[in-house]
Amino acid sequence: MTIGLGHYLAVAAILFTLGILGIFLNRKNIIVILMSIELILLAVNINLVAFSSFLGDIVGQVFALLVLTVAAAEAAIGLAVLVVYFRNRGSIAVEDVNLMKG
Amino acid sequence: MYQAIVFLPLIGALLAGLIAILGAHARHPSGDSVEHHADAHGHGAPSLHEDAAVIHASHHEPDVHDDHGHADHHVTEPPAAGSRAAELITTGLLLVSAALSWVALVDVGFMHHDARVALFPWIVSGDLQVAWALRIDTLTAVMLVVVNTVSSLVHLYSIGYMDEDPHRPRFFAYLSLFTFAMLMLVTADNLVQLFFGWEGVGLASYLLIGFWYQKPSANAAAIKAFVVNRVGDFGFALGIFAIFMLIGSTDFETIFAGAPGLSGKTIDFFGWHADALTLTCLLLFMGAMGKSAQFMLHTWLPDAMEGPTPVSALIHAATMVTAGVFMVARLSPLFELAPNAQAFVMLVGATTAFFAATVGLVQNDIKRIVAYSTCSQLGYMFVAMGAGAYSVGMFHLFTHAFFKALLFLGSGSVIYAMHHEQDIRNMGGLKNKIPYTYVVMVIGTLALTGFPLTAGYFSKDAIIESAYVSHNPFAFYGFLMTVVAAGLTSFYSWRLIFKTFHGEPHDQEHYEAAHESPIWMLVPIGILAAGSILAGYPFKELFAGHGVEEFFRESVKMHPGIIDEMHHVPATIAFLPTAMMALGYVVSLLFYISRPYLPVELARQHQMLYRFLLNKWYFDELYDLIFVRPAKWLGRFLWKKGDGFVIDGFGPDGVSAGVLDVTRNVVKLQTGYLYHYAFAMLIGVAGLITWFMFGTGGQ
Repeated sequence: MTIGLGHYLAVAAILFTLGILGIFLNRKNIIVILMSIELILLAVNINLVAFSSFLGDIVGQVFALLVLTVAAAEAAIGLAVLVVYFRNRGSIAVEDVNLMKG
Repeated sequence: MYQAIVFLPLIGALLAGLIAILGAHARHPSGDSVEHHADAHGHGAPSLHEDAAVIHASHHEPDVHDDHGHADHHVTEPPAAGSRAAELITTGLLLVSAALSWVALVDVGFMHHDARVALFPWIVSGDLQVAWALRIDTLTAVMLVVVNTVSSLVHLYSIGYMDEDPHRPRFFAYLSLFTFAMLMLVTADNLVQLFFGWEGVGLASYLLIGFWYQKPSANAAAIKAFVVNRVGDFGFALGIFAIFMLIGSTDFETIFAGAPGLSGKTIDFFGWHADALTLTCLLLFMGAMGKSAQFMLHTWLPDAMEGPTPVSALIHAATMVTAGVFMVARLSPLFELAPNAQAFVMLVGATTAFFAATVGLVQNDIKRIVAYSTCSQLGYMFVAMGAGAYSVGMFHLFTHAFFKALLFLGSGSVIYAMHHEQDIRNMGGLKNKIPYTYVVMVIGTLALTGFPLTAGYFSKDAIIESAYVSHNPFAFYGFLMTVVAAGLTSFYSWRLIFKTFHGEPHDQEHYEAAHESPIWMLVPIGILAAGSILAGYPFKELFAGHGVEEFFRESVKMHPGIIDEMHHVPATIAFLPTAMMALGYVVSLLFYISRPYLPVELARQHQMLYRFLLNKWYFDELYDLIFVRPAKWLGRFLWKKGDGFVIDGFGPDGVSAGVLDVTRNVVKLQTGYLYHYAFAMLIGVAGLITWFMFGTGGQ
């Protein structure tokens, strides 16, 4: 069985769904949400790389690298925010982060 | 000179008003003053007072109707700064004005120097052109003399009468303001200016009746006077509109010139063809009825006695209430062309003369008796107006101003002596204590009842004669009513004198403390007493004799020949009023001096009649039932249902409540949980993509 484009896309879709579900179902920790976001981005990257290889267009892979860079920066900022938040509030449990409640 | 006569009182009013405002400001610099003494005043002093009065009432006559205790204006507050200055300024200016008025009367009445002083334009709007102007003819000059003389004397008198009141600058400002408005009224050259003065005196009357604003009864009386007058003014305003519609001008000259051409014209009103002149005159007369407290619109006048006594003398006896009479005389060329309106004038006048006299028979408040007497005498004047003998009506107005002001000021002197006691049942035997007041009151009563050779004798007899010879459909009714009323007048006037000054004192404490009034008060009533005797004979020929043509000339249009006919009435007719006067005196003497138990017996036997008269023919109750209660019900309905339920319910309050409801629910969407927002975002993204893929978005 050759591994074709469909398989890559299926993996990406599974990863994406896992990421989404990770955001929804997670009730404990905001770090998990950050990780889920990383998963979603990775799913997107797989898509990009798969299409790049399939179409023979290098731009997709370049774009994947760009996404990785941005994701790294975003993770750094997100973790920094979380640290500051934890220092201020003493908790980063998802239930406790509801200051925006109307 | 005429400008000075009219505007000096205004200057006085402004200066006194300024003093009053500055004084009030100095006393309450913060501006949020609370009249603390009002409470103590409302509950403390009068209650004792009233208890005593009720005890007296209960064992005297079968009637506990009392509204005394209302004259208590003993106030602990210090008098306003500048009170004396305000008094002297206003009184001085009024005295100058009065002196000039007499000069004007001589100048206009005898020298025939009629004048028209244009001041400045007022309203220029299309066809409507109104200017401020003073029209000085004999009619005006007579009114100027009446108004300014009485007003200056009342100012003088008030200096004494109001000496305990802390708000004198305000009082004198109002008095002078009233005088100015009255002068504008009598010097008016057009109907609009007349209306300005008319409303001005109404305003001043309102302010002065409610002068003691701490008393709820005074406020109620002031509002009543204002509202009842509005009813009349409604008609008056309609009358002015009708004249403007018919003639296109409000100037008297133009109206009088155009009036003869109007006879036979009709006003179409919802398919009803009314005779133009009759309708106009009736509408105008409606205003006169309100202002002059005629039958059906009279209810405010007795209540207006809540005001200080000098006010009653000036406004509610001598001047303002005669404005209606003056207006009819001024518009005599119109009324002469509308015989039906004249008939109505005489009907109303005669009814009022009789009605008010019957009510006056049984009243117990000294001021109310005089008030009903005023009402009755105004009826006399309108009888003369209805007969077309305008100068005769003016004659009675002229003499009445003197003796009625005298009676009021004399009553004021009695009230002052009795420390603000007004119930004649609590008086008695005062003639030894205050002999001067007694003498002037007797003079006033003689003049009012028409004792031969006093002022009232000439004018009242002339009116009765004019009613007798008049060709009015109600002439005989007018004659009969005025003759009967003459007897009743005599009875109640002497009843007042006997119960106040003769007999045994009923309130020993007050009696002992009674004292003659200060010189400020005695001088004006002395002058008025002289006027009550002397105002009759010298003016008889001018007002009701062959001098009328010469004296009044163009200013009033008399019914042709009525003066001549008046001189040919049978001797018995001419003698009748005097006989009625004597009869009234004898009955009164019998009832209150020789057989004091008679009136009590009579009242007991004719309980129904007595109650009917005592309650003033139940007019107040009737109006309360017909107008006041439905109006209050309507107001309450609109307030509770209309405003509270409908407008607030669906309007501002409803909208705001709806917004609150919606937001209260919307707010619940904002949970604050991150994953909820993420979910919503995702759903949105999914929806958008779906739309792009399958919907119109992708095309």
